[in-house]
Amino acid sequence: MPDLSSYLVVAALVFAIGLFGVLTRRNAVGILLGIELMLNAVTINLVAFARLHGDPVGLLFAVFMIAITVAEVAVGLALVIVIFRVRRTIDADRLDLLRG
Amino acid sequence: MGSPLLVLALPFAAFLLIALVRPLRRRGTAAGWTGITAIALAFIAALQTWLGGVRGQTLLPWLPGDGGPMATVGLLVDHLSVPMLVLVTLVSLLVQLYSLAYLHDEPRASLGRYYAYHSLFAFSMLGLVLSPSYIQMFVFWELVGLCSYLLIGYWYTRPSAAAAALKAFWTTKLGDLGFVAGIVMLWSATGTFEFEALFRMANDQTLPLEGLATIMFLIYLGAVGKSAQFPLHVWLPDAMEGPTPVSALIHAATMVTAGVFLVARSEPLFALVPGVLVLIARVGAFTALLAATMACVERDIKRVLAYSTVSQLGYMMAAAGAGAAAAGFFHLLTHGVFKALLFLGAGAVIHAVGTNDVFRMGGLRRAMPHTAIVFVIGTFALAGVWPLAGFFSKEAVLEGVWNGGMPGVFALLAVTAFLTAFYMFRVVFITFFGRAAVGHGAAAPHGRDAHGHGEAGHAHDPPWLMRWPLWLLAVLTVGIGLSYAFGGSGGGHHPPVWLTVLSLALAGSGILLAWAMHGAGWIDAARVRRALAPIDFLARRRYFLDAIFGGLYRGLMLGIARLIGFLDRYVVDGLLNVVSAWTLRAGDVLRRIQTGRPPDYVYGVSFGVLLLLVLAQWWRSP
Repeated sequence: MPDLSSYLVVAALVFAIGLFGVLTRRNAVGILLGIELMLNAVTINLVAFARLHGDPVGLLFAVFMIAITVAEVAVGLALVIVIFRVRRTIDADRLDLLRG
Repeated sequence: MGSPLLVLALPFAAFLLIALVRPLRRRGTAAGWTGITAIALAFIAALQTWLGGVRGQTLLPWLPGDGGPMATVGLLVDHLSVPMLVLVTLVSLLVQLYSLAYLHDEPRASLGRYYAYHSLFAFSMLGLVLSPSYIQMFVFWELVGLCSYLLIGYWYTRPSAAAAALKAFWTTKLGDLGFVAGIVMLWSATGTFEFEALFRMANDQTLPLEGLATIMFLIYLGAVGKSAQFPLHVWLPDAMEGPTPVSALIHAATMVTAGVFLVARSEPLFALVPGVLVLIARVGAFTALLAATMACVERDIKRVLAYSTVSQLGYMMAAAGAGAAAAGFFHLLTHGVFKALLFLGAGAVIHAVGTNDVFRMGGLRRAMPHTAIVFVIGTFALAGVWPLAGFFSKEAVLEGVWNGGMPGVFALLAVTAFLTAFYMFRVVFITFFGRAAVGHGAAAPHGRDAHGHGEAGHAHDPPWLMRWPLWLLAVLTVGIGLSYAFGGSGGGHHPPVWLTVLSLALAGSGILLAWAMHGAGWIDAARVRRALAPIDFLARRRYFLDAIFGGLYRGLMLGIARLIGFLDRYVVDGLLNVVSAWTLRAGDVLRRIQTGRPPDYVYGVSFGVLLLLVLAQWWRSP
């Protein structure tokens, strides 16, 4: 059984990959995927600490998070579809209506 | 105290009515009759006060203070205020009646405004004379100043009238500054504004004498401004820019008399500071002579009268300064009557001829016999010829000054008496006698009251509405004189014979000289002018006093104004402009951060979190 730090390293790596995806992807769906990765990294952390402390509340929390993530993806994809319908693109670089 | 209150309230009611009821104001003549009715009733009430012998004082608390009110308001009816009530209401009444005919060409709304000002003016002056305390007097004092500003600048579209109004306002304000400072200092020294309390303290010798001279000098400064004493007399001749009836009002009953009234009212206090009294007498006598010389060379009939007012005010002040304030006050009353007469007469002439220049009149005696007679009566009174009103008051002044032990002042006043007779009869001979001036038919009338009815040839006596105020004043002038000559109103008091002879001789020689120069032509006026070249030169240029004041005004006031304008425009506004410009530019630069692209925001958030983490570590580690 690996120790806590390796869990945390994996989680940090996943988080970094997710962040990298969010920052570099131009496709809105890709960005959503990046966000998913980041959330999952957090979930790994939660589970790891739950195991460490032997506290089931952390696990419960992780289950909730998975559910919420699913909902978030559903909402995010719906938004992407609506944006595509209106703007005919999902290129994040071109969704700059808020430019100052 | 019913009738004095009525005297005060009626003109104010008229003012409110005319000022607030728009249809009344827009229909000028109706406003005129409103004002006239009110002032007529006020005159009757004033007469009732006078004849009924109402005296007394009413006080109401005004400003609350520790241990009794700090200031009071009320009415003070005594031997000074009652004659003033009668004079002010009488002159106001006659002037308002006269104005109705004089200003018949004015636009109706404008006439309504005129009568509103007139009623307010009468109210202010009546309030001033009825004031039982300095503080109330000051309030009405300023109201009087305001009203004179409004009336002098009545034809405000004319730049010269607007400038004259401003000049009058500023010049009198200069004196008022001293007045208000004096009142406050007097209050801090004694703790009261009320005349009665102050006079009681002066009587009991409990008044702190230390610093009193400064205080009384400051209060006197207010009178200098209002009563056109040297060197603040410059506004009064310019005030001729107002309509002629306004001049009559200002010169006879309201405004300029306020200063003399103030000195007469404060006499018990002035009596404690002989140094200031001497100053008052000297300045008064000097003013009298200075103004008389300027009147001798003036061509404008109204300005001659204006300078003569300045001169006569100098007389009154000199009397007050010599300790004969009663004589000065007496002169104030008689002068009020015959100066109103002279101004209204001059107004009738200007109305008929359409010019102010005496050399473009001439021979008006035939065309306007009524005006000529009353004007000559007024002139005799002003020159001080027995048995007219002016003779007795002038003699009383001279006697008072002589008894006051001021031979220098007396000599100045005596010379002034001679000059007064001269310049007034100069005007009379040029205007009413002699031939009709050559060529005044060709030149277009350029009168200030520019609604003349043609040239001297077609001039005629004014309508009855203007004529009978003139006659009434003339009758009064003669009547007051006769009552003193034969009725013994002087209380059996007779001045020394030599003084009577002297004043008659002075007046007579003045008249004779005027006749010789401008009536019979025995003496060539041009040669006299050459012989007295330096004085003539100075007098014609008004001793450069107007120029000096103008220079001071332009140099000092406008200089300061320009400096402040510069500060405001470039420093205050500049700072604001710089700040706003920077804000704009900063916004312009900073808005580029907002790219609108989502990844950039995520970059920002990530970087920010990273930064916070690093900082938090830093914070913790040491």
